[in-house]
Amino acid sequence: MHIVVCIKQVPATLDVRVDPVTHNLIREGTESTINSFDAHALEEALRLCERFGGKVSVISMGPPQVKDALRKALAMGADEAYLLCDRALGGADTLATAYTLAKGIKRLLPPYDLILCGRHAVDADTGQVGPMLAEELGLPQVTMVKKLECDGKSAVAWRESAEGTAVWEVPLPAVITVGSEINTPRYPKPIGIMRAAKKPLTVWTAQDLDVDEDKIGLKGSPTRVARLFSPERVSHVEMLSGDPEVAAATLVRKLKGNKLLQVQGGC
Amino acid sequence: MQDIWVVAETNCGVLAGGTLELWGKARSLAQSCDGTVTAVLLGADVAPLAAQLAAYGADTVLLAQDPELAQYRTLPYTAVLTELIGARKPAIVLLGATSQGRDLAPRVAGRLRTGLTADCLELILDRDGLLVQTKPSYGDNVMVDIVIPEHRPQMATVRPHVFPLPEKQEGRSAKVEEVSVELEASDLTTRVREIIVEEQQASKLEEADVIVAGGRGMGSRENFALLEKLAHALGGVVGATRPPVDEGWIDAAYQIGQSGKTVAPKLFIACGISGAVQHTVGIEKSKVIVAINKDASAPIFNFATYGIVGDVRDVIPALLQELGASE
Repeated sequence: MHIVVCIKQVPATLDVRVDPVTHNLIREGTESTINSFDAHALEEALRLCERFGGKVSVISMGPPQVKDALRKALAMGADEAYLLCDRALGGADTLATAYTLAKGIKRLLPPYDLILCGRHAVDADTGQVGPMLAEELGLPQVTMVKKLECDGKSAVAWRESAEGTAVWEVPLPAVITVGSEINTPRYPKPIGIMRAAKKPLTVWTAQDLDVDEDKIGLKGSPTRVARLFSPERVSHVEMLSGDPEVAAATLVRKLKGNKLLQVQGGC
Repeated sequence: MQDIWVVAETNCGVLAGGTLELWGKARSLAQSCDGTVTAVLLGADVAPLAAQLAAYGADTVLLAQDPELAQYRTLPYTAVLTELIGARKPAIVLLGATSQGRDLAPRVAGRLRTGLTADCLELILDRDGLLVQTKPSYGDNVMVDIVIPEHRPQMATVRPHVFPLPEKQEGRSAKVEEVSVELEASDLTTRVREIIVEEQQASKLEEADVIVAGGRGMGSRENFALLEKLAHALGGVVGATRPPVDEGWIDAAYQIGQSGKTVAPKLFIACGISGAVQHTVGIEKSKVIVAINKDASAPIFNFATYGIVGDVRDVIPALLQELGASE
């Protein structure tokens, strides 16, 4: 099997604020990491390849420093890595990103059998690139998958649903996005880190990808960010003092006053 | 005049609870631009639900019925929806940011090559009639306003339970229009083998009026059981932050926050919860938040309506006593 895993590099901490004057993002620290759900996707790909044989390719779009995330993926056990990197790709929203990734994935050899992604990225939290990628490639999709069985030709996926879980059967190739319930990602071992240095990490520019210029970067993005701001968090807390008994009595009185209590008696 | 569409979500033939607020929001958007609200209802035998959609605020119900649409699957639903949108060109298409909506919306937006904003917390029309979509980012640390200037329709998924539930106007009528459904074999390659209904209290979290939640500060599985008593006494359900789940005091399905559920009860009682942003993002829509924590400087107090500084092991029994619920 040839399994392709899409990876996004995200800030190691989500503790960011918006500068009230410049409206730019202020990040605490500059460390980056592989989006946690993507690490679960990679782990699932590695396990499938250990069972069925084949190889795992990881692909990402972003600036040159995304090589760090791809090296880490190689250290975990991926065989090849591809970075789609070009100033012309900058400013892409989910649609332009999916289009560009699809262009890269179509170039991979041998043709893919399965594409795995994380269910969403923890920074932008859209979960849209996976389904849009499936659309670009004309493949079926299953998203928010918490358990996966695969025989190489088709897959059975347990996905989150309003009722609890929906079990879908899907022919391969397909795009499957996974949640954290699916597995526990491995840590790279020292030997893996050493081997990763020798594994191929290919960088492709927009020109290499034969893209339609109207469909990439900012130009290919229907959405525009109009404004960044911090959520309002004004504290209006009323502290209830006294012994636990006194505070508890005050609280119950307040809640009754707010018509929030419908006491249902003892156990 | 703008036509605003809402894609109705059904599960097992019932309108999904967490998406009914969309009708109220669509209604108020339509009012501000003198527009109309259209419901798209897909399923096998869902015609009886059209009256409910009218009562919630739809002017028109587009009814797409086919046995192949009985259970939600991405591709047949995408085919029907993109066909309808392509033919009728609504200005705005809204879906719930549920496991169904967040699967379907990007597939549809991808096929139509239009813009889509995920998990919106607010939607307004600006002076030019452009939809301004507010979505959280970086675990709700940052809010982003997104617009779709040139592409149509403007699409968004909306976080459940964010907007108030519209009042149902029984007897309000809508034009119901049955549309034809044409599916190709390639739309039907995915099969739903089984729907596993997990009838547990956890699934009620998102709809609960009262939630009693515990964090690391509960200290032990035994103390955590105190929450059950308090929840019972208040007619509510129990929830948790991540540490109790990691400790095995409670199942992961009860986790509230960034990697868990988003809740919006009338009363949320936070017991031994410090108030890390990863959790508070899931509770911000609660009407009244009570925080009980022995650390007076815990950030949870910044979110709370009422705060009690004290040990949960003392305060919860005192509360039970006060509520007339013996320990």
